[in-house]
Amino acid sequence: MDRRRVRIPEEQVVYANILYYGGLAGIIFTAITFAIYVSGTLPAYVNPSELPELWVHETHEYLEETGIPTGWSWIGLVTYGDILNLVALAFLGAITIVCYITIIPVLLRKRDFIYVVFAIAEVIILLLAASGILQAGH
Amino acid sequence: MLETTAWWVWPIILFVFTFFLGILAVMAGVGGGVLFVPLVSGFFPFHLDYVRGAGLFVALTGALAAGPGLLRRGLANLRLTMPLALIASTCSIAGALVGLALPTSITQTLLGVTILFISFIMITSKRVEFPKVEEGDRISQVLGIYGIYYEESMDREIEWKVHRTLPSMILFAFIGLIAGMFGLGAGWANVPVLNLMMGAPLKIAAGTSKFLLSITDTSAAWVYLNNGSVIPLITIPSCLGIMLGSYVGVRVLAKASPKMVRSIVIVVLIFAGLRSLLKGLGIWV
Repeated sequence: MDRRRVRIPEEQVVYANILYYGGLAGIIFTAITFAIYVSGTLPAYVNPSELPELWVHETHEYLEETGIPTGWSWIGLVTYGDILNLVALAFLGAITIVCYITIIPVLLRKRDFIYVVFAIAEVIILLLAASGILQAGH
Repeated sequence: MLETTAWWVWPIILFVFTFFLGILAVMAGVGGGVLFVPLVSGFFPFHLDYVRGAGLFVALTGALAAGPGLLRRGLANLRLTMPLALIASTCSIAGALVGLALPTSITQTLLGVTILFISFIMITSKRVEFPKVEEGDRISQVLGIYGIYYEESMDREIEWKVHRTLPSMILFAFIGLIAGMFGLGAGWANVPVLNLMMGAPLKIAAGTSKFLLSITDTSAAWVYLNNGSVIPLITIPSCLGIMLGSYVGVRVLAKASPKMVRSIVIVVLIFAGLRSLLKGLGIWV
């Protein structure tokens, strides 16, 4: 078995490592926050017993009924069990951004400028999506 | 009756349902999202908005879990991924915004049509294990998209390169749009484009496709999250169920007949696509 020629580029290894630890932490975090939520350890912003009547409606009606803020405004409500779960999901969404930021110095050191541009552009796109600026509704 | 069912029953049902979905998806070689969205939107009481939001996180968590191993073993290639992901993730944002703005009946109908189209692709598309690429095209050469991976079944290294990069980039824009609009993972489209169009070996295409989802779906998932279209009680049990199911699925894979499972999945997809289409048209609500 000869694997000598199979070389994984440094940036790919760095990306994989961040993805591994970030993904693992994210999934554990998500499971823990969900347990906190459903066990009632923290109060819920929207009572779970009301959800079966609410989730049949489209988003804007759900938001109107519950008063859950959009964008990042929910961050001020993290002491509620259900909102804490949104933080965990946001963490999962942030992992890729961190991975891209981490490989930029590696690509710069290798003078791989085209891929530096790709990485920076991807970070900008993901930050734009995460910013909450882009809103839509029925 | 569904609205009077105790709230705690739903996460349990979702967890069990997605657990089996995860097993089935792995054995059929598809991502969970493509099965999750049409089935859950068709047969559960949740509005399509939250099912799509959950579908993106289902596909995202699956990709996050698989990504590191694929990258370390060289079965997913970062240089191949980055330009395609940039296009797909940008377009998936646009897809998410369009999907959330369109009336539900239209989105549901289009979802049905898309799922039926995916079934058609699954039936007709042939996969080539080692496509012949004489020479990489100019774009792939400039971007340095090529590689070597170790093929365990043959106990040797396989060199690969790609061609038709520009038309593939255009297709990835479309794939991103569909992924964001319907909350589907896009493995069903990524693999044929990477394998048949660009000429990447099947294992590289499948591995890179899975990893790509972690980027494409992240951008659309953010849009759904910030728009309030993500309900944790729907999303989180689904993510955990499908992850656990995929984990088990990998282990039972050796004992099952992949062809048989793939046929079952295609039949399920056709049924789910028809259900979505008829629901969207108001014929079977």
